[in-house]
Amino acid sequence: MSERRTPPPAPAADEHQRVEAAAAEAGVAAPKSTVGRFMASSAGRNSGLVIALLVLCVVGLLTAGDRFANVNNILTILRLAAVIGVVSIGMTFVIIGGGIDLSVGAIVALASVWATTLATQQLAEDYHWIFMVLTALVVGTACGLINGSLIAYGRMAPFIMTLAMLAGARGLAEIISERRTQIIGVRDFVNFINGSLLGIPVLVWIFAVVAAIGWVLLNRTTFGRRTIAVGGNINAARLAGIAVKRHTVLLYTLLGLLCGVAAVMLMARTTTGSSTHGMLYELDAIAAVVIGGTLLTGGRGTIVGTIFGVLIFTTLTNVFTLNNLDTSTQNVAKGVIIVAAVLLQQRVAARSDSS
Amino acid sequence: MSLHSNRPFRRLVTSAAAIVAAGVLVVGCTSNDPEETSDADDAGEEESTDNGDAAASGNDEPGDTVTIGFSGPLADHGWLAAVNSSAIEEAESYEDIDLRTAEATNDASLQISQIETFINEGVDAIVLLPTDGAQLTEIATRAMEEGIIVVNVDREFSSPFAARTTILGDNYGMGVSAGTYACQLIEENNIADPVIAEIAGIDSLPLTQDRSQGFEDALSACGQTVDNRVAAEFTVESGEEQASNLLQAAPQIDVIWNHDDDQGVGVKQAFENAGRDEFFFLGGAGSCNAMQWIQDGEMEATVLYPPTQAADGIRLARLLAQNKGMSDLVQVSVPRRIVLDAPVVTADNVEQYLDLCFES
Repeated sequence: MSERRTPPPAPAADEHQRVEAAAAEAGVAAPKSTVGRFMASSAGRNSGLVIALLVLCVVGLLTAGDRFANVNNILTILRLAAVIGVVSIGMTFVIIGGGIDLSVGAIVALASVWATTLATQQLAEDYHWIFMVLTALVVGTACGLINGSLIAYGRMAPFIMTLAMLAGARGLAEIISERRTQIIGVRDFVNFINGSLLGIPVLVWIFAVVAAIGWVLLNRTTFGRRTIAVGGNINAARLAGIAVKRHTVLLYTLLGLLCGVAAVMLMARTTTGSSTHGMLYELDAIAAVVIGGTLLTGGRGTIVGTIFGVLIFTTLTNVFTLNNLDTSTQNVAKGVIIVAAVLLQQRVAARSDSS
Repeated sequence: MSLHSNRPFRRLVTSAAAIVAAGVLVVGCTSNDPEETSDADDAGEEESTDNGDAAASGNDEPGDTVTIGFSGPLADHGWLAAVNSSAIEEAESYEDIDLRTAEATNDASLQISQIETFINEGVDAIVLLPTDGAQLTEIATRAMEEGIIVVNVDREFSSPFAARTTILGDNYGMGVSAGTYACQLIEENNIADPVIAEIAGIDSLPLTQDRSQGFEDALSACGQTVDNRVAAEFTVESGEEQASNLLQAAPQIDVIWNHDDDQGVGVKQAFENAGRDEFFFLGGAGSCNAMQWIQDGEMEATVLYPPTQAADGIRLARLLAQNKGMSDLVQVSVPRRIVLDAPVVTADNVEQYLDLCFES
């Protein structure tokens, strides 16, 4: 024990600073230079993403001028980002916790189909459209529960289990909907979710609320702390007394619930429920989470990073549309961005460790 | 053995050689233009000066510039690619059209945001082939409410307020033509107890359901039913897969109607792989491959489903935006719904339809 005890530092603003402060106390070298310290802070970690987003905005402004920079276009970008954003926030939790979920798109499809069957719509017509929302949330949560239970207690690898759920959920969605697109007749539901509150679309409000709750959950509650522990070192977490299996189930259930929310948003946006909804959402969500700075191996990640990841991809799509470019080129660009983002993060991490 | 060489010069030379080889590959092997480009260019140029073989009317005189937003689904098969390219070519042949294109994925949410972008830009008209009619109805209705003329191509919206004009092929009529021709074949060849099979396209689309309904109705008119039915997805791969399943399920088939000639490439391959040819093979849509097979006797007939409907949609959007009508009709304004004809192409008349075919 050292003679000179430095006063305990003020509690860190977010989880990562707290982890790093604890590591510094334990003697692991903290970056000394201002640049190093800046890069290690949450603002710095996300600075790469902010720069990327700014570059995209500048490109948009240069190529499309005020077609890009007006309020309606920004709202268009945000509305598109909202659906995949909600899924990505759930995916952030699962990936930080050391798992992965390939079935999110299929769960969205199943939830949307179940919530738009004639029976459910009749219930919604008779009472209130909230029944459709509840159905979607329950279906999503149930799928997440199944995923989590079999992964935690059945000891299945997350990749395999969620792959099975991917096939199973979509197949079930096709059976229930008889492969037809189910049109929503409950106008109140559609009009509410497609409408605006205080000038901002309800879809964007839902995304904002989910993001805020997600941030609080990850950075200010023991749930978030346990998630990082379980993802960082599962054995240490177990030995420290965390109920790892139960926590894993909770993570997947949370993701399932958020898939239900995304299904509700998609249902309103397209006024239909269909087994073809949510195709390839898992890849988009994982891409957004990864370029947002979350490690695929778990134990590290931020909600803010994920939000930036989602915004970068949707802004890219928008800039491409405004410039008449086709989606094939855009997909190549997406691939390049993912590689560049991950490489950059690794270099920043290496530099901040060594300085 | 370690790949790291301690000799920097050797590493430099190897890397340089690899980059040059990659460059040669990229330059030499990615060119995809077929050799008949010069003919196509000439034909294109003639068309743009004559405005096609159709009666050149006063409507083709340039008017005010119209901005048209065109959006189609991801062209993962030849028919859709032909739709997109013929629409773009058509727009380019008019000097008073300013075309904005948004090639969407099959993600409805993404196509919706592209239409939202068109609305924000304030285009004069939108020509839309939705990835699913019902899913895009809401946004199309909003575009109409903002005063933008919406022309619906092929996959129909679920509300009449979502578009000013709808242009599509005759899906039900396609099924009826195929079914009637099948009945004819059965009669001519005196097939007792015929086994009739159907290979449909994407089942969740209303157009597939219309085609199947037409087929069923025409068959029941001559006392037959569809014995086996599988559904592919308009792509070659899914066609091959589903056709193989079908052949496994039915050891003896007399007539097969495949909804779409693009997936027909895979379907035909499945037939060859299984070594089965005891049936009459009917197709749909009218690809160049299909016409070739008909001429070679490997296919019986195909029912046309023109991919030029989006090009027609562009023409209609221009007429509507410039407040013109269709010159050959007495009624001044453009019709609300145009259903294109679905003729049956057989070995007898295939020469007539050869230049309307599309590449798979």
